[in-house]
Amino acid sequence: MSMGLLRLLRGKKASAPVARERLQILLAHERGMRGQPDLLGVLREEILAVVSKHVMLDPTKVIVRLERGDEVSTLEVDIEVPNDFERKRVAVA
Amino acid sequence: MSKVLVVTSGKGGVGKTTTTAALGAALAQRGDKVVVVDFDVGLRNLDLVMGAERRVVFDLINVVQGVAKLPQALIRDKRLENLWLLPASQTRDKDALTEEGVGKVIAELRSRFDWVICDSPAGIERGASMAMRFADEAVIVTNPEVSSVRDSDRIIGMLDSKTVRAEKGERVEKHILITRYDPSRAARGEMLTIDDILEILATPLLGIIPESQDVLKASNVGTPVTLSNADGAPARAYIDAAKRLCGENVTMHVPAERRGLMDRLLRRRAA
Repeated sequence: MSMGLLRLLRGKKASAPVARERLQILLAHERGMRGQPDLLGVLREEILAVVSKHVMLDPTKVIVRLERGDEVSTLEVDIEVPNDFERKRVAVA
Repeated sequence: MSKVLVVTSGKGGVGKTTTTAALGAALAQRGDKVVVVDFDVGLRNLDLVMGAERRVVFDLINVVQGVAKLPQALIRDKRLENLWLLPASQTRDKDALTEEGVGKVIAELRSRFDWVICDSPAGIERGASMAMRFADEAVIVTNPEVSSVRDSDRIIGMLDSKTVRAEKGERVEKHILITRYDPSRAARGEMLTIDDILEILATPLLGIIPESQDVLKASNVGTPVTLSNADGAPARAYIDAAKRLCGENVTMHVPAERRGLMDRLLRRRAA
């Protein structure tokens, strides 16, 4: 009580409740992921396989990113394709 | 009946080695025959904390590989005749710890000791997984701090899935030991509370070790903290934790903030 009052006078907020909340959210997520295959890795491999059927590309230039938001999350797939990919495609065919 | 106990945490620097030495000494003082085993291959320190660094001849890897017999590698504590140390290798790497080899050594230790206490290295790799592999019970050392609690949660997941007991459908009995607890910071709301940690990790509490200079002083001189200052707060907390491991019902003492001028003056004079 006196500590709470002191904090109020100083205008400081206790950081421990923030720590607890962050941990609860994070661990709920991590426990769910445990033992699951690596989603981003799997997505990357499968997207790579589909695109490679049609376009020659460098596997190191495929980046899959997942940004977790409060309401929605975004999946970003960044594939760098060489400018002459259509010519190469013809050459392969 | 012999028990294999792993002292683990995931995160480094939280007090695993201090805890291994302190609990080992406390259990040995009760009359049990205890061996503490260092699994931190390449970065051994239990020998130093136990004050036996100049007496190491053979190590765990030598025994695993059959280069030395177990009795040749065991070092008897100079203070407690029931307490023994099996040091880690300082030169080899952790890949030398084969599951088969470690299993044999643990089985032999089980036949000779009441308690086999395995001091896990930090991390979740081979050394850590071998330290917990054959455990019956686990002490998860946790600091009241977010990264330590997160790593403890990860380690609890491993204890429930990657141990021999878990694979047989049995339980590894798990205990949380909170170390470096600072009551004044907790009172100011700057530190996760005991209840927060236990709620998040959903694992019973073995003890609360207060932040104290005793711990550093003990490691400086190479004596388990339960022996170097047996009346100090950390020693008493470790001794109570050891009693709980033996099944005794001991009231949990939550370290309280020291208050009052007299208290502070007395403390300063005592120190």
